[in-house]
Amino acid sequence: MRSSVIIFPGSNCDRDMDVALKKFGFKNQMVWHNDQSIPKSDLIVLPGGFSYGDYLRCGSIASKSKIIKSVIDFANSGGLVLGICNGFQILTETGLLNGILQQNKFLNFICCNVFVKVKDKQNKYFKDLKKDVLELHIAHNEGNYFCSDDELKSLEDNNQIAVTYCGKDGSENETTNPNGAIKNIAGIFNKNKNVLGMMPHPERMIDKYLSGEDGSLFFKNILDNFK
Amino acid sequence: MEVTEAVAIDHGLKKEEFSKICELLKRTPNLTELAIFSAMWNEHCSYKSSRKHLKKMHTKGKQVIQGPGENAGVIDIGDDDAIVFKIESHNHPSFIEPYQGAATGVGGIMRDVFTMGARPIANLNSIHFGSPQHKKTRNLLRGVVKGIGGYGNCIGVPTIAGQTTFDESYNGNILVNAMTLGLVNKNKIFYSKAAGLDKPVIYVGSKTGRDGIHGASMASATFDDKIEEKKPTVQVGDPFTEKLLLEACLELMADNSIIAIQDMGAAGLTSSSVEMASKGNLGIELNLSEVPCREEKMTPYEIMLSESQERMLIVLEKGKEEHAKKIFDKWNLDFAVIGKTTNSKNIELIFDNKKVAEIPIDLLAENAPIYDRPWKKTKLPQKLKFDKDEFKSLKLSDCIKKILSNSNISDKKWIWDQYDHTVMGDTIQKPGGDAGVVRVHGTNKAVAASVDSSALYCFSHPLTGGKQIVCESYRNLISVGAKPIAITNCLNFGNPEKEKNMGEFVECVEGITEASKYLDFPVVSGNVSFYNETKDKGIKPTPTIGGVGLISDYQQMLTMDFKTEGNLVYVIGKTDGHLDQSIFARELLNEKKGPPPTVNLFNEKNIGETVLDLSRKNLIVSCHDVSLGGILTAVSKMCIKGKKGITINTLKGLTNKYEYFFGEDQARYIIEIPKASLKKVNDILNKYSVHFDELGAVNGQSIEYKDDINLPIEELADAHKYWLKKYMDS
Repeated sequence: MRSSVIIFPGSNCDRDMDVALKKFGFKNQMVWHNDQSIPKSDLIVLPGGFSYGDYLRCGSIASKSKIIKSVIDFANSGGLVLGICNGFQILTETGLLNGILQQNKFLNFICCNVFVKVKDKQNKYFKDLKKDVLELHIAHNEGNYFCSDDELKSLEDNNQIAVTYCGKDGSENETTNPNGAIKNIAGIFNKNKNVLGMMPHPERMIDKYLSGEDGSLFFKNILDNFK
Repeated sequence: MEVTEAVAIDHGLKKEEFSKICELLKRTPNLTELAIFSAMWNEHCSYKSSRKHLKKMHTKGKQVIQGPGENAGVIDIGDDDAIVFKIESHNHPSFIEPYQGAATGVGGIMRDVFTMGARPIANLNSIHFGSPQHKKTRNLLRGVVKGIGGYGNCIGVPTIAGQTTFDESYNGNILVNAMTLGLVNKNKIFYSKAAGLDKPVIYVGSKTGRDGIHGASMASATFDDKIEEKKPTVQVGDPFTEKLLLEACLELMADNSIIAIQDMGAAGLTSSSVEMASKGNLGIELNLSEVPCREEKMTPYEIMLSESQERMLIVLEKGKEEHAKKIFDKWNLDFAVIGKTTNSKNIELIFDNKKVAEIPIDLLAENAPIYDRPWKKTKLPQKLKFDKDEFKSLKLSDCIKKILSNSNISDKKWIWDQYDHTVMGDTIQKPGGDAGVVRVHGTNKAVAASVDSSALYCFSHPLTGGKQIVCESYRNLISVGAKPIAITNCLNFGNPEKEKNMGEFVECVEGITEASKYLDFPVVSGNVSFYNETKDKGIKPTPTIGGVGLISDYQQMLTMDFKTEGNLVYVIGKTDGHLDQSIFARELLNEKKGPPPTVNLFNEKNIGETVLDLSRKNLIVSCHDVSLGGILTAVSKMCIKGKKGITINTLKGLTNKYEYFFGEDQARYIIEIPKASLKKVNDILNKYSVHFDELGAVNGQSIEYKDDINLPIEELADAHKYWLKKYMDS
């Protein structure tokens, strides 16, 4: 499976993502934000970081960058686009995904392990995933997902909610919500479920010496579904 | 403006220093020249009070590639890999403006590291605040933590360990010390020594603004009531630009275009240009009209003193200008040829086609004043005679709960949750352990790092305190299974013009030197921060040691959490029960006098090597050094981390249980041993002739000791984990 990771000047999880993708057998290449086009890919990843400094709303400048038109075209033609953390923020700014990511409820940056519940498996990311609850890692200041009532209803009606923050046992409530996100939302799809944005970083959970290994399941599953 | 003695004094120079300048120049300097002198001759840049004593430090060893005197120190970790590291203070600015002060402290130290060609791989910090009851403490802490996180998180370098303490002596002068480690190929290290005539001098990075003017002189003075007025001297950080600068510099460093490179830190363009020329024994000519400026009509005086962040000065090979410019254009950074190296041995400044300053470089560097300031020895305080009958009213379980929730012992998760500690995907030991550990990317090696200071010990007896911190750092590294390699230090002290403070400095340095020599744990970089004083009240002497160690196979890393029920627990090293200066004495007896625990360097080395041997042979499964709070505090933390308990044996020949459990004797570790390794462990302990106590065995869920203690781990964890969060929320 061929993948491309877009590097914005302030991306800082681009290398981590490259390492993770290659570890599981993706043929990955890095694409510079000022390039016009993206090499032939089966998956495009927008990695975490601070794209253009994010002094304005997170991801807003990246959503107007040179490369982003190719990303949007790719997504609209049904290609898989995965945005992690800042990548999720960028995807909402482009309009590929609904809603916005506000500052965390407690106004602090937060870096810790979290559990997320996989809400939908009828898609190329989570289909046939063996687990329902994954332990992943978050590191963000603006991960508090918010959208209008209509948008939320539409997300729910179309099973576009991908993952939600939960406890180890899958329970979803205020205490298992690290950032105040509406309905504990940690990640969502577009309508066609080829575009996935999520705050947790699977690429930081790929060997037992790191924070955990559930990220490996995520990447392997994408590959398995591609075969 | 006419330059007079009064103007010089306004610039922080002393009367005698001004006369010396006039004498050396054989004329009165103009205002720009005076500013340059004031920037180079202040304490922060010239080390005029400390240099005499720093020279005595132990800085050599076969592991040392570069000792003090460069942007950062460099050590060899094998296979052509080297670690570049340094710690630096940003105390004064952080007290005036905590967010920007702390943020730019982190930015500055990272620049020092990547200036040498290294990619930063880990950040640490040591931060010290006033009493929790003091009205400013909460906001300062919040601002500093946000600033450190705001900068480091954006660059994408994990913050892997740190230290936070509270003490009323920091009420008017907090400490913010930031440390960075970088990884470099040892054949591709860049230095700041200019070489060759007529080489282009290049300015890259952010534009120059009016921020931070007089920053270095502000950091060389004590505070008074008007500190608010000093806000404009604090720099403003832009981590995004720093990230661009980091990537652009590393890209340019991939070939041989750079002769010398120096970041513009304290005293900005002045000190970077003077230092590069001075080290190369050259002159330098700068055309200030070419400097990219952020604001209009900036004068040579302002351009030379600005401490705008994220800027670098490079001496380039001739003909490489276009190549270099292309890289900086790609990263959207300013690039300007602003001068050249000359053989005049002067710094010459041109502005609007006129020469506006000319000063011999040696007057600014080697010939800057050096003071042999008078200092007073601190006598070792008399050992206290505790009334042990008084102890009997104290229940052990109450004591340990109180100690675990002490502001200086309690869990600091509230802080490090705000730092990205996992980015770069190689953090294998997170904050909260004895040391942070990151893998050397793509290898089996890992680097451990820890920051330590013991202001109470140093205040009580600086010589012992100085030794003790080096040992503490050594132990913290060994506790995670790392072989200690070298240290960096940040020497935070009060006003050196006072004999007592100067004495504290001299004796702490002596202690550090003695221990680092004995332990083959040399100092390779560091910085001195004097004048940590507000309205005549100085801080307790707070030298901070940043230690770095190597784990050759990261699978051998140790953590402190108890692993398996039934495993045996030993205390390695002898416990005499030294309670003077302990947390126990302070917290439960309200007793602040007495000497710190004695440091026995032979024991430190021998016991350290024993523990390292045990870990290399995979015979122990957890390890933690015994320090503040003694044995019971140490095992409690191991229990809390591992969500396990311990059944403590009835100890033979115990004279006093309070002394045994809370004494802060040095050179001790607690180790967890699987039963199958027990014989081998005993053999090794005997081989090294190391004293050990069979403390007990790991159990399911509580700490138990005879009838005295029976505490569920959740109860201990509650006492330990939430003090800081509750404090910040209240």
